[in-house]
Amino acid sequence: MSPDFLYAIEVLLNGLMAGVMYSLVALGFVLIFKASGVFNYAQGVMALFAALTLVGIMNGQVPFSHLINAVFGTHLHDFGWQVPALAAIALTAVVMVFFAILVEKLILKYLIGQEPIILFMATIGLAYFMEGFGDLMWGADIKALDVGLPKGGSLWIEENTVWLAAEGERFFGFFIDKLDISATIVAIILVVALTLFSQYTATGRALRAVADDHQAAMSVGISLRAIWVITWSIAGFVALVAGIMWGSKSGVQFSLAFIVLKALPVLMLGGFTSIPGAIVGGLIIGMGEKLFEFFIGPLIGGATENWFAYVLALIFLVFRPQGLFGERIIERV
Amino acid sequence: MSSYVTPDGRTIGDVLLEVKNITLRFGGVEAIKDISFDVREGEIRAIIGPNGAGKSSMLNVINGFYHPQEGEIWFHGKKRRAMKPSQIARQGIARTFQNIALFKGMNTLDNIMTGCFTHMHTSLIEQAIWWGRAEREEYRYREKVEHIIDFLEIQAIRKTPVGALPYGLQKRVELARALAAEPKLLLLDEPMAGMNVEEKEDMCRFVLDVNAEFGTTIVLIEHDMGVVMDISDRVVVLDYGRKIGDGVPDEVRSNQEVIDAYLGVPHD
Amino acid sequence: MYYREAGDFKTSYRADQQNFPIRFDRIHFWVMMVLAFGVVPFFINDYWANAVFVPFLIFAIATLGLNLLTGYCGQVSLGSAGFMAVGAYACYKLMTSFPDLNFFVVVLLSGGITAMVGTAFGLPSLRIKGFYLAVATLAAQFFLVWLFNKVPWFYNNSASGQISVPRREMLGIPITGPETAASTKYLICLIIVFVLGFVARNLTRGRIGRSWMAIRDMDFAAEIIGVDPLRAKLSAFAISSFYIGIAGALFFSVYLGAVEVGEAFGINNSFLILFMVIIGGLGSIYGSFAGAAFLILMPVLLKNVLVSGLGWPSDLAAHLEFMIMGALIIIFLIVEPHGLARLWAVTKQKLRLWPFPY
Repeated sequence: MSPDFLYAIEVLLNGLMAGVMYSLVALGFVLIFKASGVFNYAQGVMALFAALTLVGIMNGQVPFSHLINAVFGTHLHDFGWQVPALAAIALTAVVMVFFAILVEKLILKYLIGQEPIILFMATIGLAYFMEGFGDLMWGADIKALDVGLPKGGSLWIEENTVWLAAEGERFFGFFIDKLDISATIVAIILVVALTLFSQYTATGRALRAVADDHQAAMSVGISLRAIWVITWSIAGFVALVAGIMWGSKSGVQFSLAFIVLKALPVLMLGGFTSIPGAIVGGLIIGMGEKLFEFFIGPLIGGATENWFAYVLALIFLVFRPQGLFGERIIERV
Repeated sequence: MSSYVTPDGRTIGDVLLEVKNITLRFGGVEAIKDISFDVREGEIRAIIGPNGAGKSSMLNVINGFYHPQEGEIWFHGKKRRAMKPSQIARQGIARTFQNIALFKGMNTLDNIMTGCFTHMHTSLIEQAIWWGRAEREEYRYREKVEHIIDFLEIQAIRKTPVGALPYGLQKRVELARALAAEPKLLLLDEPMAGMNVEEKEDMCRFVLDVNAEFGTTIVLIEHDMGVVMDISDRVVVLDYGRKIGDGVPDEVRSNQEVIDAYLGVPHD
Repeated sequence: MYYREAGDFKTSYRADQQNFPIRFDRIHFWVMMVLAFGVVPFFINDYWANAVFVPFLIFAIATLGLNLLTGYCGQVSLGSAGFMAVGAYACYKLMTSFPDLNFFVVVLLSGGITAMVGTAFGLPSLRIKGFYLAVATLAAQFFLVWLFNKVPWFYNNSASGQISVPRREMLGIPITGPETAASTKYLICLIIVFVLGFVARNLTRGRIGRSWMAIRDMDFAAEIIGVDPLRAKLSAFAISSFYIGIAGALFFSVYLGAVEVGEAFGINNSFLILFMVIIGGLGSIYGSFAGAAFLILMPVLLKNVLVSGLGWPSDLAAHLEFMIMGALIIIFLIVEPHGLARLWAVTKQKLRLWPFPY
């Protein structure tokens, strides 16, 4: 096989891996949307916040140290201890649950029954708030995150794919980041776990009932508010996972919040209510944008990844407004 | 049979609207099966039938929300091509909805003014400057709207946001909005549903007055048999998407199939 | 009884439908105008012009534009900054290609070009609604910014990739470029804001405004009274983009002078404009001004209090600004979705009865 073709395949594979990362964020969206009808723009910032908290706990940082220093003229920075990764992840998960309860108590409770677009704008406000809050709590500098996941290109894959090209060609086997591989594995585990949870547990059944019809669910004694706390907690946990993956890859920094912008077209493509849709949509977008950049990008100046996903989703939506797997929207007059 | 005069002195003219062999399907479900009937100018025509009989679907076909798979609609003696609801509105067909469809963000006056939309013609530029034609047009229609407001006796709620109005008044405002379009044919989808006796009487009076004063042809869906038999000239009866009866109220009342399907078989 | 409307009777429809039906409001408005046109220009300096007045006026135009689309026609757009970029680059290309063209004509044309681009991006609104549309408008945001970044024709092949405004004069007074006086900048923006505010008010009280609101409130009911959703939505997109394009042209030519597209017209500005609309009040002309003023003044105030006053580091103030802005959005959506405009109306209601509770 010619090296050009093999490179294209490598691009494709990397695109798929990137797509998995997009799907991880999109997954959080779908969960919240199904249970509460809220289109949660803050999902990306939640990932950022979770990652910041995780790094902060691991490094034993003093929360709000900047603010405290500014107000009291102290020079606090950290407690001087390190917390092991797993314990820190567990603590962060607790923080995210706490966060979910606060969101329900302070925001959602008051917005029941509002139009979806109002809820959407409220989550944009939430995103702004959390972004400022996260930075205020842990500082805005770029932080490295290492929870012990393997990193760097996988030699094993490279060695075992070299033979694909003929002898003497410039091809050294597929380059695939180990981190991407672990992300894929984690994503698969997460999706399986969530599916099992929603299909086979009582809480899962309640979640699905709420997703179908709020009022009917309430009338059989399901507490809507408890369900919302649960979904936001799960979404917070998914955000934590996404935050770990993205943070390990490119450091924990402000731009992490922008992965939300990558997840939005994924959702438009996959439909807002479908977990498989989020996965397939993510893969299509990841693959599509890498291939487009590889083939067409050089012709028109590159950096097409910023908009390709949106334009693709837009064109797609015009022809199929409910997305790939979304339920068909029937309007009744 | 061309035009004739009713016992109460109104002139009923030629056929204004004719639906011919309409069939409407949603996927595999046939909501309307091969229905034909006509509406004459100046008449009050009622459509009755049990829930799910296809009454509202029929109105939706007439004003263009649904496009039937088979059949033709003739309006003013001409076959109507497939049109968007807004184009049909321009031809002079207005309607009200079973579940009130007012513009919640506006007050009563603006809601009714919106009804004049098809008659107002000033361009964007004239609207932007507001001097001259646009302003004059606005006040001309404001005057017409005030007549309708007087007619329906809703002067007091002119500047009230419609969301704050009680149900009966909302229904009246919706009727006012439809009237502001000066329609030739007015479709009323359960105008008296959920009203108490007094409100029903008021609404009946308005429907009759509209018909008598403006000569508007009216097609209405109604469940209250007393009302239907009292105010309508002719009645169509639908059941499970089929037409099972058509004629003057007395005929329909004595039609055995109608009695079985709708009025119920008497227990004895 | 600070505020009264008693005894203010109307004898004609014209009087009933005028801009400020209550006499007190009318006087209030004209006093403001006299201050804005007759007093402020003599006292304005560079700091006040650049920190407060000019950005306020420009964002007021953009907010008006987005409010026409979102507040009146109900179509949420997150691409406002992208459309501002269209206005800015149209302005730049027109100014450099036709140096003799009057500046106000250039600004108008920039708005016109943006209106066309906006209409094209509004086409999907016919098929998709609500937040699907909101997300779809992000396509405009990202694509347009990328386009102006990557195609050298737009920035006349300048090495930096920036565009900078050429110096123009009118009646011998510099109106663009570095030598422009603060009062000139202010007056240019003020005149345009005045005209556009007047036009927005007219459009929203007449036939077209009602057709937009009808689409916003209940689209199928709008159709049965003869409103064509295609025309209503596209005209809203066109006019909204016209306003936003003019805001972009002024932002570039009068306010910043030199622009790097990703920085000046990034997605944060799109959100900022949307926030101005929400905080000011969806579907209110007055609210557009209030919202723009509020969100322009708040950071200036925070900065003065926290950084200059308390001596905090400026990044801390920036974080707090984010938090306050986010919290305000949520609070407004919960407490008063109609924003400052409604709060003002409620206050007036209270003042009317003061000192009696009811």
